[in-house]
Amino acid sequence: MTASINLQDVTRRFGAIEAVRAVSLALPPGETVALVGHNGAGKTTLMKLMLGLIHPTAGTVQVLGENPAAGQFAARRRLGYLPESVAFNTALTARETLAFYARLKREPVARMGDLLDRVGLGAAADRRVGTYSKGMRQRLGLAQALIGAPAVMLLDEPTTGLDPALRHSFYEIIQELRDRGATVLLSSHALTELEERAERVIIMNRGIMVANGSVDDLRRIACLPVRIRIAAPADSLAAIPEWVGPIGTCRRINGHVVEVQVGLEQKIEVLKRSVAHGTVDDLDIVPPTLDDLYAHFLMSQEMPA
Amino acid sequence: MRNILIVAGKEIQEGLRNRWVLATTLLLAGLALSLTFLGSAPTGNVGVRALDVVIVSLSSLTIFLLPLIALLISHDAIVGEMERGTMLLMLSYPIGRWQVMLGKFVGHVAILAFATVLGYGAAALALALTGAVVDAASWLAFASMIGSSILLGAIFIAIGYLVSALARDRGTAAGLAIGIWLLFVLIYDMALLGLLVVDQGKIISGGALNALLLLNPTDAYRLFNLTGFASVSTFAGMAGLAGTAGLGPRVLLATLAAWVFLPLALATFAFSRREL
Ligand SMILES: Nc1ncnc2c1ncn2[C@@H]1O[C@H](COP(=O)(O)OP(=O)(O)OP(=O)(O)O)[C@@H](O)[C@H]1O
Ligand SMILES: [Mg+2]
Repeated sequence: MTASINLQDVTRRFGAIEAVRAVSLALPPGETVALVGHNGAGKTTLMKLMLGLIHPTAGTVQVLGENPAAGQFAARRRLGYLPESVAFNTALTARETLAFYARLKREPVARMGDLLDRVGLGAAADRRVGTYSKGMRQRLGLAQALIGAPAVMLLDEPTTGLDPALRHSFYEIIQELRDRGATVLLSSHALTELEERAERVIIMNRGIMVANGSVDDLRRIACLPVRIRIAAPADSLAAIPEWVGPIGTCRRINGHVVEVQVGLEQKIEVLKRSVAHGTVDDLDIVPPTLDDLYAHFLMSQEMPA
Repeated sequence: MRNILIVAGKEIQEGLRNRWVLATTLLLAGLALSLTFLGSAPTGNVGVRALDVVIVSLSSLTIFLLPLIALLISHDAIVGEMERGTMLLMLSYPIGRWQVMLGKFVGHVAILAFATVLGYGAAALALALTGAVVDAASWLAFASMIGSSILLGAIFIAIGYLVSALARDRGTAAGLAIGIWLLFVLIYDMALLGLLVVDQGKIISGGALNALLLLNPTDAYRLFNLTGFASVSTFAGMAGLAGTAGLGPRVLLATLAAWVFLPLALATFAFSRREL
């Protein structure tokens, strides 16, 4: 299977700033990819490179088999983009705005009504975009990115400003697109939201790609400890450090819960021992979250071990 | 081609929506009507070659007003959309930058042409309704005045795009546009006149003067309308100049066309080089 998006050794400099440094990646069809990184890490720059809106200083970019900056537009017709702060002409209505973008993509204008309903703008479709709230503009932005069932979606912080209900249907739409074989690249700062939804996570730090893999891959690479919370009757709580002591470090959370941090491979051992000791009321296993992984990968780049 | 028409259609739609079209048409019609009737009232000769008088006064109005309107519409076209962020989204679609530029140009010129034809046409119609006798030659002169007015508008739309494609921000673009308007409409002619007075015909030959006149599109427009038709030039006090200038209507039209093409090509080039 050939990759929808292929970057090789791509570097982009803005004067003295290296916004993207030697990034190589290949994203296959049918994958949802989360692009995370601090402010100014190069996420938006990476997307603009994929769109051909800016040229790489070095390296090659291929999207749907084309160089997007070469001025051929066959690939762009199958591409949807939502910029991070999306703006529309305020004088036109949402329906007119979508009709314009649909014509540019040679898609039937008649189908735009459904799209507006889909993002919950059906009732406001004939109001001027200038009167819209921020979230409504974001919805319209999403609608235009969805025109023509694109094969590649580049969404720059798509859920900012969306209310919980639309956030939910947004991820449903993403799921549908992915099931049809689209590559969805979305950048976000809401890591918990991405955790279950993205097959792959790319972490950027100051222009460098510091991680690229599934959340599980990253967990394995990072070797972050698993946290196990053990609830036990107050009188046997003190004994817990004794029987897990050799394996992990213990921390008392409150009167009847102790948190134990252990390596991934010792997780089962802790479980066995808790069963053996019999004084355990309840037990929770908390794997490292994307937040933890993110912090880890940023740290490990600051201080190369 | 289709992309150009799509963009042009959107510009026209926007122009209608934010009342640019309406305002421009009303302004041109109002001024044209008042010039028509105020201009002919003192002489009391509405009947005699009335349309030729109107052509003279309307073309003077055009020289001030149309470049101003054109620059107002166009100076924001590129830099404004970039600042607002709408350009980024449009360029992510399957459309080339030159198509965006040409589409806007077609749309803006259509708006200006509509306003000019309607506004000035209203004046001519009103004149005809008062019973003034107008011969075919005068109608021809009037039609070519409208045509060349639209051409003059197109020139300043193209110049506005060039400013817009080069300027760093909207404020700079607006300042530059005003400067350009002042230069071509006021300063250039005054400086040229001063130069001629000082020179007293010693250095500047007729050919050099012609070249200097062609370097300002408003002068080329003025010459085209005031010397191009014999009937008009008598009223414009340019009968003498018409003979000696040696600049036929063809040369003048070609100059005007070049004044559209060059800034537009430069603007397209500057826009294509610009980083988003
Ligand atoms: N047009 C530009 N000119 C100069 N520097 C730029 C330009 N665009 C981006 N940069 C710089 O490149 C770096 C990466 O910017 P980018 O917008 O890609 O960050 P980001 O990861 O999207 O950040 P955020 O989370 O804040 O959206 C920043 O240091 C930024 O200042
Ligand atoms: Mg960004």
